Amino acid sequence: MSVKVRIPTPLRRLTAGQGEVQSQGAAVSQVLADLETQFPGMHERLFDEAGQLRRFVNVYLNEEDIRFLQGLDTPVGEGDLISIVPAIAGGA
Amino acid sequence: MFTEEQIRRYSRHILLPEVGGAGQRRLLAARVLLLGAGGLGSPTAYYLAAAGVGTLGICDPDVVDLSNLQRQILHAEADLGRPKVDSAAEKLRALNPDVRVVCHRTGIDRGNALDLLADYDLVVDGTDNFATRYLVADACHLAGKPLVHGSIFRFEGQVTVFLPGEGPCYRCLYPEPPPAGLVPSCQEAGVLGVLPGIIGTVQAAEAIKLLLGIGRPLVGRLLTYDALEMDFHTLAVHRDPACSLCGDTPSITALGEYGFSCEVGACPTA
Repeated sequence: MSVKVRIPTPLRRLTAGQGEVQSQGAAVSQVLADLETQFPGMHERLFDEAGQLRRFVNVYLNEEDIRFLQGLDTPVGEGDLISIVPAIAGGA
Repeated sequence: MFTEEQIRRYSRHILLPEVGGAGQRRLLAARVLLLGAGGLGSPTAYYLAAAGVGTLGICDPDVVDLSNLQRQILHAEADLGRPKVDSAAEKLRALNPDVRVVCHRTGIDRGNALDLLADYDLVVDGTDNFATRYLVADACHLAGKPLVHGSIFRFEGQVTVFLPGEGPCYRCLYPEPPPAGLVPSCQEAGVLGVLPGIIGTVQAAEAIKLLLGIGRPLVGRLLTYDALEMDFHTLAVHRDPACSLCGDTPSITALGEYGFSCEVGACPTA
């Protein structure tokens, strides 16, 4: 499956500034693994040492948080949109 | 009853069937606490004051610095070195003398949070670090106060609304803050000056809708904005039954320790 992935600004240095990239996979975990292959360094920014998605980074399949679907095993379909949304706290 | 002047001042609201005279009276009777009189707080405060929100509490410990003026439109060059709450109060009273501005020249902390919230109907979070975000979210949940959350980082912003008992809370959305040192500090990160204008204005719209009881607030929805791509997305936020704050068996039943970190963005920078 080919899906689009939205990249948050802090990670765009890895994608040469692109805010949306194409990635491949049948499940969210494969899509994120393909991102690492294309853009080395992505994995360590999204996952902790134990291999779990960091608790302050949410991944959405279309509009749904994958934590409330099947997590990293959530299947993806052709043309789906994956969004990586980190917590942010600025306001001043 | 409205004065003649109020009927003219608020005529464009009163003309809206969704607001009308009754809605405008609700706004005049409302009490809103703005946490932060900076980037987000500036546009929010201006629009809530212009709308005739009767009592606006402004909570901010800082003084105006030259580096604030790139985006904090409540303040001007003549205000450099003044407490932000004083600068804000002057501008808001000049805009609309109907508004009672209450200055709280302090940061919010576990010692004063519940007392601060007690006098208000609704809270708008325009603070600038994770520790305060979690404190504010916990305090509003424990006190049962609606919270309009807005946050910004570089070119991106997020807005959502937390209504205690009627949807998810901040800890359902982001269970834990990033560890200190993993993300850039306030001073290091930088922010597009107009970004808080957009996000703070969305917060003002949500606050006014909640006070009027109209429309569909961002409860259970996270609005994300990307200024570089110029797009808005709305993502679902679910209440987590295992949430430490609002879950079925919460472990957080009082305000705790929140650290003093100054981090503003969560993804470790590339």
